[in-house]
Amino acid sequence: MSLKVQDVRVMESRLIEKLSILADAAKYDVSCSSSGGKRKNENKGLGNAEGMGICHSYTEDGRCVSLLKILLTNHCIYDCAYCVTRRSNDVKRAAFTVQEVVDLTINFYRRNYIEGLFLSSGIFKNADYTMERLVRVAKKLRQEHKFNGCIHLKTIPGASEELIKEAGLYADRLSVNIELPSEMSLQQLAPEKNYKEVLEPMGSIKQQLVQAKEEKKLFKSAPGFAPAGQSTQLIVGASAENDHQILQLSSQLYKDFSLKRVYYSGYVPISSDNRLPIITEPPIIRENRIYQADWLMRFYGFDAKEIVDEQHPHLDLEIDPKLGWALRNRHAFPVEVNTADYELILRVPGIGIKSAQKIVSARRFTQLSFEHLRQMGVVLKRAKYFITCQTKSLQRQDFESELIRRKILFGEGSVRSALLTQQLDLFKQVG
Amino acid sequence: MHFYTYDGTFEGLLTLVFEAYERKAWPTSIAQEHLAQPGMFGENIAVVTEEQKTARVWQGLQKKLSINAQQALYHTYLWEQPGFEQIIFDYIRLAFSSEQNIEGNYAAPCVLQVQQAAKQVHREKHRMEAFVRFQKTADGLYFATISPDFNVLPLIVRHFERRYADQRWAIYDTNRRYGAYYDLRQVSLVNLDLPPHQRPTSLAPEVKDADEDVYQQLWQVYFDNVNIPERRNPKLHLRHIPRRYWKYLSEKQPRQLR
Repeated sequence: MSLKVQDVRVMESRLIEKLSILADAAKYDVSCSSSGGKRKNENKGLGNAEGMGICHSYTEDGRCVSLLKILLTNHCIYDCAYCVTRRSNDVKRAAFTVQEVVDLTINFYRRNYIEGLFLSSGIFKNADYTMERLVRVAKKLRQEHKFNGCIHLKTIPGASEELIKEAGLYADRLSVNIELPSEMSLQQLAPEKNYKEVLEPMGSIKQQLVQAKEEKKLFKSAPGFAPAGQSTQLIVGASAENDHQILQLSSQLYKDFSLKRVYYSGYVPISSDNRLPIITEPPIIRENRIYQADWLMRFYGFDAKEIVDEQHPHLDLEIDPKLGWALRNRHAFPVEVNTADYELILRVPGIGIKSAQKIVSARRFTQLSFEHLRQMGVVLKRAKYFITCQTKSLQRQDFESELIRRKILFGEGSVRSALLTQQLDLFKQVG
Repeated sequence: MHFYTYDGTFEGLLTLVFEAYERKAWPTSIAQEHLAQPGMFGENIAVVTEEQKTARVWQGLQKKLSINAQQALYHTYLWEQPGFEQIIFDYIRLAFSSEQNIEGNYAAPCVLQVQQAAKQVHREKHRMEAFVRFQKTADGLYFATISPDFNVLPLIVRHFERRYADQRWAIYDTNRRYGAYYDLRQVSLVNLDLPPHQRPTSLAPEVKDADEDVYQQLWQVYFDNVNIPERRNPKLHLRHIPRRYWKYLSEKQPRQLR
């Protein structure tokens, strides 16, 4: 009997070790989204993946923990310079069994720790061998455990179309990571991979998505395919691409492959490989500005060209890209909030989507004043240079752009502005 | 001066609106019976909840307001912050007195306040859906305690009912001293006397499932290993999970040595 207890203890501590290795190796993939699914719990089974995803916790670096994000194994035949799991890296290796992943997922899910599973893997033996195991985990969860929570599978570059098709039957989302924003960097840092191999599964997923949608129109009972769509990740700062090239690429990916999300991962120096730039800390502010630009493209009606172009290929680290655009395009301002189109109000720095909607709704009842705007949550500190209320303005509108920029960054008087303090804090965190 | 009191229920508050219209006496203050201090220089009106009067007011509102706005009013009631009765009263009065639908009129203080209260309640609801941590008991019940800032338990049960349809679960509000219990068929609200200072994060060892500690530990191991130390950002971390929520979260409890 006592021996049995000991056996259990040994198994537990091995599982703990595996989990620590394979969670650690998966953490550089920043995708966490569990939203956009439509899976309902109709079979009195376990879980659902409808609508908004839930962040169940946050890491100490401030990222959302929504899914159990792990690798099936960190054994890998490839040797990509930027990757912690690369063949030549001297790290502890481990591999889960299919059953272990299933048990962890179910038990975490039942305790309300997670929204589901995000399973990726190092490439073991070959692409199909690895992909087949990922699919088996998803299939087991869906069929044997009636699991309706979110499943996000990484598509292994080079895996066969049949396996990808099967993966899409069980998974809510599929993703293929491009990682490096240009073919040249890929050749340099991951010579065993090529863009074609990465883009091919992406194209095939897109086709399946379109086809499944068509079939759904004809037959309600047609099997769905990855209902939450596909996403990808680009590493920022491991290679030489500028923000213009990165945003051009994302904008093209959103258009050509109808991606749901492009994630950006500021490169964390994990390798001393001499093909990589020598940096001491991840480019967190730059990553943040790229995300802001991505939001402008997806929700604010901006085109990539308006945010950065060949003449200004870098995002301004000190101010957000919307303010940057406004300062370069003073001819579009001031905007009269009581009459201007919604699209134009959206472009005012300091006015977000929610405030813009409130403005458009409230002005049907009454002429809005600055006090109304303040109460609705508009950041007047930035907005006041770009708007009028009933043709009145809080501010002279004829300031030079450079002066406005200084006023917003450094405040009106000698007091340091909150925005600048925040910036400096960011620098502190990085340093 | 009209000092109204009511029984603290949403129905009671709607009855109060009916009475105020009938008397054409707008409230100077609205208070719950057991908290009220009678005013000295005015009329004290103690409202008794009546189903018919409640229904009349609610039906009137249904004609004036969208489902969303009706929900926002109810959320403002669950918000429970000082002055919520007056805000609800003002909102209903504005709705009844206007030809036009008033929901989008954020320039009116009560409309903006209802919207903001409802938003706070909704955010707390979402947080509870995220931060509830079930512990499994030896007899297979998944149990959690909460003490939310606002009274959101009635709002979160639907989410848990849909999600955990195949397991028995219970969620208990330690502040308001009532809970929800799902028995695989339906949810019922129950009063259950727990010792007032029971630590929310741990069940007594004798009622815990044999695997419970292992999974709590595995979750802590996972939480520690997904962190990227090079990107440490305590300010952002705290903005997402303010300290007052840590008591629910097994991953924020001290690590146990094994």
